[in-house]
Amino acid sequence: MAKPSQPAVKPGDDAQERRNFFTKVAAVVIGGFVALIPAATGLAVFLDPLRKKSKAGEMLPIAPLGAVPDDGIPRQFPVVAEHVDAWTQSKQPIGAVYIRRLPGQEKPECLSATCPHAGCFVAYDKPTDTFKCPCHNSSFAVDGAIIEPSPSPRAMDSLESEIVGGEILVKYENFYTGKAEKIVKL
Amino acid sequence: MKALVDWLDSRTGIRDLMHEALYERIPGGARWRYVWGSTLVFAFTVQVITGFALWMYYSPSAQTAWESVYYIQYQTAGGWLLRGIHHFMAQAMVILLALHLMQVIIDGAYRAPREVNFWLGLILMQIVLGLSLTGYLLPWDQKGYWATRVATNLIGVVPLVGPALQQLVVGGADYGHHTLTRFFALHAGILPASLVGFLVLHIALFRKHGIRYKLPPKFADTSFWPDQVLKDAVACLAVLAVVLFLCIRPMFSGEPEPGVPVTWGAELGAPADPSNQYSAARPEWYFLFLFQFLKLFEGWGESGELLGAIVIPGAVMGLLFLMPLIGKWNLGHRFNIGLIVILLAGVGYLTFAAINEDYQARWTDHGQFAELLPVIEELGNDEEKIHSHFAGDAARIAEYREQYQAYEHYRKSDEYLKAVEAAEVESHRAIELASGPEMIPLTGAVTLLRNDPLIQGPRLFAQHCASCHTHLPPPVEGAEPSPLLAKASAPNLYGFADRAWLTGFLSADHIAGPNYFGGTAHAEGEMVGYVKDTLSGWEPDDVRKVVLALSAEAKLPAQAAADAKDSAEIEAGRALIANEENCTMCHKFGDAGELGAAPDLTGYGTREWLIGMISNPMHERFYRDANDRMPAFAENENGEGNLLDAHSIGLIADWLRGDWLRPAREEAAVEVAAEKADADAPPPADPPTNTEAAAPAAAPAKK
Repeated sequence: MAKPSQPAVKPGDDAQERRNFFTKVAAVVIGGFVALIPAATGLAVFLDPLRKKSKAGEMLPIAPLGAVPDDGIPRQFPVVAEHVDAWTQSKQPIGAVYIRRLPGQEKPECLSATCPHAGCFVAYDKPTDTFKCPCHNSSFAVDGAIIEPSPSPRAMDSLESEIVGGEILVKYENFYTGKAEKIVKL
Repeated sequence: MKALVDWLDSRTGIRDLMHEALYERIPGGARWRYVWGSTLVFAFTVQVITGFALWMYYSPSAQTAWESVYYIQYQTAGGWLLRGIHHFMAQAMVILLALHLMQVIIDGAYRAPREVNFWLGLILMQIVLGLSLTGYLLPWDQKGYWATRVATNLIGVVPLVGPALQQLVVGGADYGHHTLTRFFALHAGILPASLVGFLVLHIALFRKHGIRYKLPPKFADTSFWPDQVLKDAVACLAVLAVVLFLCIRPMFSGEPEPGVPVTWGAELGAPADPSNQYSAARPEWYFLFLFQFLKLFEGWGESGELLGAIVIPGAVMGLLFLMPLIGKWNLGHRFNIGLIVILLAGVGYLTFAAINEDYQARWTDHGQFAELLPVIEELGNDEEKIHSHFAGDAARIAEYREQYQAYEHYRKSDEYLKAVEAAEVESHRAIELASGPEMIPLTGAVTLLRNDPLIQGPRLFAQHCASCHTHLPPPVEGAEPSPLLAKASAPNLYGFADRAWLTGFLSADHIAGPNYFGGTAHAEGEMVGYVKDTLSGWEPDDVRKVVLALSAEAKLPAQAAADAKDSAEIEAGRALIANEENCTMCHKFGDAGELGAAPDLTGYGTREWLIGMISNPMHERFYRDANDRMPAFAENENGEGNLLDAHSIGLIADWLRGDWLRPAREEAAVEVAAEKADADAPPPADPPTNTEAAAPAAAPAKK
C-alpha cells in the first residue's frame, strides 16, 4: 500500500518556506535568463532592418536629353542603379520615372511612376493625356497634379532633376504612400 | 498484436487516449452541419504535407524564388499537382472558414461557456488569412510582387509605428531577398506553428464543452467514431475532389487556343520586375473586397486609406470578437446573426463589384460607343468644352456625363483585360525561355525577359520608333487598314526585309504608299522613280529573283529553309543586283558598286546592317545627307550621349528580324508555314501589303 503523500512544507516550518522562496526566485531568474538570451538575440536580429537605410536619393543618369523631345508628352524610363540587396550587388532597374519637357524648354520635369496612394505602377494614358493608376483608380494630370475625386492623398511625386553633359540626371527617391505629405523613405 | 498493444498501453495509456479521441458523444447523432471544423483540419493537414514537399524545392531569394517555383511547376514529376493542391486548398480553406464561422454564429456556438473558443477561432482565422497573404508573394512573380507592395504599403499608414512596422515586414527599405526570407519564415514557420498551437487549444476546448446542439435532439446520441467520422471523411473527399478538379480543369475547358500553353495546377506569372509596368495587379479573389473597399474613399485624403485599410477592418474584427458578449443580451444573438449576414453580403457585393469593374468589357458591346467616341475625343472631361458644345443645356450635359462615365468604365476594363493578356504572354514567354537550352542564368529569370527581343523589342520600338514608324501586320480579310498607317511618316517595318515586304517595296503600286516611302521625302526620290519607271518594265520573274536574293541577304531565321530551297534563283538574283546597269548604279552590293549614293545592300537586313542603320542613318553606308529625319540613336562609338545603348538597339534589330528563341515545336511549325507561304507566294506584280488582305510569308513566325 502506497504511503499517503506528505506536504512538501510543513505549516509553520519557516526555514523550509524561506528555502522554497529562494528556490522559486532562483528558478525564475535562471529560467528567465536562459530564455532571455536567445529571445533577445533573435529580437535584435529581427529588428535589424530598422537600421538599414535606402540607397535611393543619389543623382542617377536616366537618359540623354535627346530622348525626351520638348513636346510635353511624358516618356517612361527605367531607373538603373547599383543596387545592394542584402548579400548581392548588381546594376539593375530599381524603379521607373516619367520625364517630359514642355515646348521650348530644356529643363525636364520628372515624376516617380509609383502611385502615392498604395504603390502601384502608374500608367500614362495618351488619349486623355493623364496618368491613371490601374489599382484603385487614382488619376493625375500630365503634370502629376491630383485629379479629384481620387483615393490618393497627394499628387504624383516629383523628383529633382538636372542636365549634366547632355544627360538627364534624376534624384530617385521612394516616398511613403498613403500620406498627404511627401515623406522620403530613408 | 494484443500483447504489443497491451505493452504500449501500459506505458502510454494509448487505449484511453484513442477512446477519448474517437468515442466523444455526439448528442442527437452525427450530422452534416458538424463537418466544417473537420474539413478545416483536413485542409490544414493537406497544406502541411504539400507545404513540406514544396519546401524541399523552394529557395527564398530574389534570384531563386521564381526560379525554384518554376522548377517545381515544370521540371519536377508531379510538381504542378503538388503546387496546384497547395494553391487551391488555400483558397478552399478561406471558403471553409467562412462556412464554419457562419455555422458557429447561427448555431449560437459562440455563447457561454464557449466564448474563449470562439476567440481562438477568430485568431485562427487571422492566421489562415496571414498564411494566404504571405504565400501569395513567395513565387516572386509580377502579380504577387505588386499585390504585396500594396499590402505592405498599407501597413505604413498605421499612425506612429506604421513606417517601422513596414520596414520590419519588408525586411529593409527596399523589396528584395529579405522580404522573401521574412515572408517565408512567417509562411512556413511562425504562422503554421502558431496555428498548430491555437488549433490544439481550440480542439481541446471544443472537446471540453462538446458540440452545441438543439434541444430536444431529433435522433439518438451516437459517438464520433464511426458515424461522424464517416460524414467528415465524405466532406473532406468532396473538398479534395473540388481542389483536384481545379488543378486539372484544362482537361475540361475544350481545345486550347493554338500557341497558348495550357496551365495545369496553379499559374505562375512572369518574374517580379520593379521597373516593368504591371497594370494587372490584383490581390487574391478573397481579398478583392478590401481592394474594392479602398476605392470608396475617393477624396478622403490621408484619412481615407487609414479608415479603409486599418480602422474599419479593425473595427469589424473587433465587433466579431465582441459577439460572445453581445450575444448575452436577449436580442444580441439575433443582432450577431444579422451582423454576420450583412458583413458577408457586403463582402460578396464588393467582390462582385471589383470583378464587374475589371471584366465588364467582356460582356459590353463596344459598338454602343461608336457614335459617342468622336464626341468624347473632342470634349473629354473638359468642363468648358462640354458646356460650350451643349450650349449649357443641363439635361444634355447630364446625359453626356452619364455616357462618358459608362465609356470610361468600359475603357478601364478593356485596358485591364489587355494588361492581363499581356501579363499572360509575358509569363508564358518567361517559362518558354527558362525551359530553353540555356536554362536560367545565375542573375535570375528576370534577365531572360530583359534580354528577350520578343518582349523588349515591341516596348523599345513603341518608345523610340513608333512616333514615325509603324509595325502593323496586314489586316484580316475584309478589314480596313489601321488609321495609324496613314499618320505614319516612315515605313511600316512589319516583316522588314522578308520576301513579302520587299515584294511590296519593289512594286510600282506600293513603294510610294503608306507602307513604304509614302510619308517620307523619298516618295519623290530616285528609288521610287526607278521602281515606277524601270523596274515595272522588268520580267516579273527577274523582279522575284531580286526580291529572293535581297531577302536572302538578311538571313532571316523564318526564311532559312526557303532560302536554302531557292538557292539557284537567289544566285541569279544576286547577279541581277550586282549588274552595274541595275542596282549597283547607286547601291553597293558586295564588291560591286560604290558607297555614297544609296544604302549599302551588302548584308541588307542582317542584324549588323540594322544595328548600323539605327545607330547612324547618316553614315556613308546608309543615307548620308539624304536621310529624312531619322535620328542617329548611337552616333558615338564610346556610348556617351547616345539615345539608345547597344544592347537596346540589338534587341530592336532582333525583334524586327523575328530573331528570338523559339521552342522546338514552334520552330518546326515556322519552317512548315514559311515553306507553305513561299509556295503560295503571289507574283511580284500583286504584292501582299496591309492595304490588301494578305499575310506575308513569315507571318506565322511573328506574334
